Amino acid sequence: MEKTPKWVDVALIPFLNLLIAFVISGIVVLLIGEDPIKAIKVMVSGALGSPYGWGYTLYYATNFIFTGLAVAVAYHASQFNIGGEGQATLGGLGVALVCLALPWPHWSVALVAAMIGGALFGAAWAAIPAWLQAKRGSHIVITTIMFNFIGASLLNYMLVNVLRPRGAMDPATARFARETYLPTFHDLPVIGQFFSKSVPANISFFIALLACWLVWILIWRTKLGFEIRAYGRSESAARYAGISPVKVIMVAMLISGGLAGLMAINNVMGQGHRLVLNSVEGAGFIGIAVALMGRNHPVGVFLAAILFGFLYQGGGELALETTIPRELITVIQALVILFTGAFDNMLRAPIESFFVARANARKEA
Amino acid sequence: MDFGTIVEILDSAVRLGTPLLLACLAGLFSERAGIFDIGLEGKMLMAAFFSGAVAAVTGSAWLGLLAGVGGSMSLAMVHGLASITFRGNQLISGVAVNFLASGFTVLIAQSWFQQGGRTPQLSGHARFEPITLPGASAVKDVPVIGPLYSNLISGHTILVYVAFAMVPLTWWVLFRTRFGLRLRAVGENPESVDTAGVSVIRLRYTAVAITGVLAGLAGTYLATGLAAGFVKEMTAGRGYIALAALIFAKWRPVPALGATMLFGLLEAISNRYPNIDLGVVTLPIQFMQAVPYILTVVILAGFIGKAIPPRAGGQPYVKER
Repeated sequence: MEKTPKWVDVALIPFLNLLIAFVISGIVVLLIGEDPIKAIKVMVSGALGSPYGWGYTLYYATNFIFTGLAVAVAYHASQFNIGGEGQATLGGLGVALVCLALPWPHWSVALVAAMIGGALFGAAWAAIPAWLQAKRGSHIVITTIMFNFIGASLLNYMLVNVLRPRGAMDPATARFARETYLPTFHDLPVIGQFFSKSVPANISFFIALLACWLVWILIWRTKLGFEIRAYGRSESAARYAGISPVKVIMVAMLISGGLAGLMAINNVMGQGHRLVLNSVEGAGFIGIAVALMGRNHPVGVFLAAILFGFLYQGGGELALETTIPRELITVIQALVILFTGAFDNMLRAPIESFFVARANARKEA
Repeated sequence: MDFGTIVEILDSAVRLGTPLLLACLAGLFSERAGIFDIGLEGKMLMAAFFSGAVAAVTGSAWLGLLAGVGGSMSLAMVHGLASITFRGNQLISGVAVNFLASGFTVLIAQSWFQQGGRTPQLSGHARFEPITLPGASAVKDVPVIGPLYSNLISGHTILVYVAFAMVPLTWWVLFRTRFGLRLRAVGENPESVDTAGVSVIRLRYTAVAITGVLAGLAGTYLATGLAAGFVKEMTAGRGYIALAALIFAKWRPVPALGATMLFGLLEAISNRYPNIDLGVVTLPIQFMQAVPYILTVVILAGFIGKAIPPRAGGQPYVKER
């Protein structure tokens, strides 16, 4: 049987799906009596038109790279990790504990320790659902949803009853020491001149890029990655080849949770400088959209994360400058998930049959 | 704790359990037909908004109900289209439905009412009013039975009674009618249903539509019965708790009543006593809020009886060629 060309699969279909999502979002904007063209202009200038905008776009994108990779790695093992939100929440707890534990001499030392803390806590939060799936067959989607809620409650408890400094009113940890603050893009040599002083984008972005590369190596260049993909494609074939399902599920989910937890070096250590309630702000869920759009490939995840960073920052500006609430972004996010994920076959089936028919016709001619 | 307080807490448990019960039964129909539905939250939210909005504008709770069911139904059809017609991933579709509702309701609410994503406060006939059952005031002073009847059983809105009536009705439909038999079969083994000459697609769409109606009732009750109007994100995870209850009940209607009322009771208790002092340890409110989720994980883990979902759940049906 003829296959469709690769560019159709990785570029054309995602692009068309994205286009539909945006067109429908435009119609929604029209429905609430606003001008979609103006909305796009505000978003573009707000997210890309200034060093300030760029700085925020890249800051959000950093979060989404981590959570997108988290979903993608699990997905290769055919596990739908919907618990990125909870894992990133716990990652925040890990990072905060590390930052507050010792008088760190320099940010670089603190960063290494915080990465370990964040990843460990994130992985631990994925470990129980993973173990239950691997050993007891409990559906990972449901358990990770439940763990999102349990994680939120746990963090709430920790902030209100344990970590809140004496006398403070709001549920948050103490501010971290200055030495743990990560250098922002403004502080960096060369590129620093392009970013204003207040941008939250920080060196976590480069760690996110590194994570993309490492995930690529892991999935496509190692034996473990092969086992993960083999299991993801066909459980029975993988079993027959001697691959242990328990190992694959556990390892893939631990890496996934670890990546989601790593996000906290950006939002907690890099930007917030303390841990507050809901510091994840839905980034764990956006990771689902990012991974779907990026076809679970690190390069795709990176591009999709930049796009969602743009949407997130642009959406914030939209709420400031027009009467369109920032929830428009949630609608766009939902439509992207719907069309690139659930409605994927709507376009894929006719387009693929078109290309297959064309290829067959050529062969006969 | 005197008897009056217990009745009050139980009464509050019924109120808080009702939206869970309706949503749980909604999920029951869909999942029994082999369509996983993690989009209950979104459908409820959509219904809460449209019922609140239309009730606010027209001043009629009944028109609100109609709009609420319509809103929920539109998302149910999106889910049906994705999972039945396009054979997409049902979980991804559910996630999308939840976000769609979460964003859309605030967007439209802000555009229609300019009150920061809420609808105007409902009053009078725009809300479902409590129904006083016959004789409630007469027996009020009879000890034990009096408060139980007049405070706990009487004095709820029509939707509460509908929700409770839905339990035996659901049982009867599922286990005593031909439609119910086919519905269950399509969730376990769609090939057999297809072989018998019954349309899998039609059955599944019907199930998804019933889910839409029931989730619509759940959301409508939130905005026009429990509260007085729609507020942003007012479902607050109830759709997921209903999902938890569904698993807890192992996809059966009568246990669903028990599970949802238990979760309602937990919420009622934690509303009244934020921190429970057990002498040895004090249970913080955050723990009480997490209990439904923890219980669900324990049940799913199979340590207290195994919860086995319908066998064909989550898989799109592809007819053999």
